Amino acid sequence: MIENAFLEEIFNITLLSLRVSGMAVLIGASIGIPIGAALGFRQFRGKQALMRIIDIMMKSIINTFMGLPPVLVGLSVYLLLTASGPLGPLRLIYTPTAMIMTQLIMVVPIIIGVTMSAVGSVEKAIRDRALSLGATDRQAAWTVLREARMGVLTSVIVAFGAAISEVGGIMITGGNIRWVTRTLTTAIVVETELGNFDLALSLGAILLAIAFIINLALTIIQLRGTKR
Amino acid sequence: MPTIEVQSLFKEYSGRRVLKDVSFEVQNGEVFVLVGPNGAGKTTLLRILDLLEEPTSGTVLFDGSPVDYSAKDKTAVRKRIGMVFQRTALFNMSAFDNIAYGLRVRGEGEASIRQSVGAMLELVRLRGFERKNALTLSGGEAQRVALAQALVTKPELLLLDEPTANLDPRSASIVEEVLSRINREDGTTIIMTTHNMLQAEGLAHRVAVLNEGKVEGIGRFQAVFGTSPGPIRDFARLENVFHGVSRISPEGTSIVDIGDGLRIEAAFRRAGYVMLHVPPEDIILSTQPLLSSARNAFEGEIVQITDLGPLVKLKVRAQKDFVAQITKRSFKDMRLNIGSRVFVTFKASSVRTD
Repeated sequence: MIENAFLEEIFNITLLSLRVSGMAVLIGASIGIPIGAALGFRQFRGKQALMRIIDIMMKSIINTFMGLPPVLVGLSVYLLLTASGPLGPLRLIYTPTAMIMTQLIMVVPIIIGVTMSAVGSVEKAIRDRALSLGATDRQAAWTVLREARMGVLTSVIVAFGAAISEVGGIMITGGNIRWVTRTLTTAIVVETELGNFDLALSLGAILLAIAFIINLALTIIQLRGTKR
Repeated sequence: MPTIEVQSLFKEYSGRRVLKDVSFEVQNGEVFVLVGPNGAGKTTLLRILDLLEEPTSGTVLFDGSPVDYSAKDKTAVRKRIGMVFQRTALFNMSAFDNIAYGLRVRGEGEASIRQSVGAMLELVRLRGFERKNALTLSGGEAQRVALAQALVTKPELLLLDEPTANLDPRSASIVEEVLSRINREDGTTIIMTTHNMLQAEGLAHRVAVLNEGKVEGIGRFQAVFGTSPGPIRDFARLENVFHGVSRISPEGTSIVDIGDGLRIEAAFRRAGYVMLHVPPEDIILSTQPLLSSARNAFEGEIVQITDLGPLVKLKVRAQKDFVAQITKRSFKDMRLNIGSRVFVTFKASSVRTD
């Protein structure tokens, strides 16, 4: 019986981790890919001095946000959602939704940044060729995005990898409540503190396995990409 | 379409004039070949004709109606034109899907696409390649896919930028064959650029010489390159044949830009487009730069060695290939081999022209 409950809790924790990070990345991709693509397409326009300055500023800002400290994001979201905060009445603090929001803020810049550079690195010749073959601007844009598909997919996987291993942000906004908002990473923290090293290590192994699967997928994609 | 009229076309990139008052007409069904050194503006001209770039000033008329370069949607005109670029940039998809692209963006049905693409693969002799990813193809195969890609939509006007440059001989001859066939059978108007004079002579109804953004000559091949086609044709079979635009130096010699950053100085005095020949026996080879009065010296690498008994023929790659002959004895003394760095030196008076 004890064994069963133990396994059930681990299962619950793992599922929540996957659910929170998965949702964050799913929503993040639907926001980040269009924005990243739109920014990446800017390279096909004329390069005036002002445009170039805007580009540099924008890229630096995106890169900064790509490395946003999770704890800082957690704190901001906490202040937003806490009972006395502006979104307090929504009663979202210490819920998986709050955790998804936290991770969303972290993954969107990653997806934008990686998608942008993937689309930006597609040769101008590809777009020229599409237009020359009779494609409309929209069709040509789609073709460029299609050429960048490996990079776009990479952005999603990298974002998921960052989200699933994140701890500081969701600890603050989720509160690490057993059976409700406890994820692999937050559980490891608390179990370590409690001295339950066997549980902490089991959770660590699961996290490592997920990380390995993510990297395996990424490597396979990259290998297929370099076949050119 | 398409009688093409180009009227005093100018193109500037950030103050640099690439095309200067270019005007010509191309008749329906004509093969019109643009020749000229690198940087003459040939590619820019083709890109303007394909509506990929806007001219700074001037007009292009297709069948009497001027092209509206400021139009938001240029697809209507573009759809009647096919273009093959010098640097093939195929899509990361199968050869079949690459060729089908133009038909798909036009919304054609899959059944007719299959038929058309099949016919194109047949035409460029790539049957069996349909499922191969285009990025894994060799240069020659890729260029043939690019040609099929441009032709599958049955363009009235076909633009080609150096379509056979750096291709293997078999692919080059397939491309040439396809071009003359579609021109003959479908009446496709062709405007192309080339460095290959034999190709220009073989395919062109008319040629135009473009140099530094200006048209310097236009007409039938013989009319432009001299009335004595004999020597030119003989030249073409020889080694060390170069061509380019010549400028008279202050000393009265001719400096000929043969492309790839190489300039050959010749003792004769002639400006404009010239063909050059340097007899292999007039070339001096050395492993160190020669301190001599010879005006032409290039450093390169030996890429081919042919034993001719007492003589050895060496091909030296110094951007362009130079063939030199030396005695077997000096060949041994200099300890030359494939890959050896050598200097190719010859006098201005050794440079012949037709």
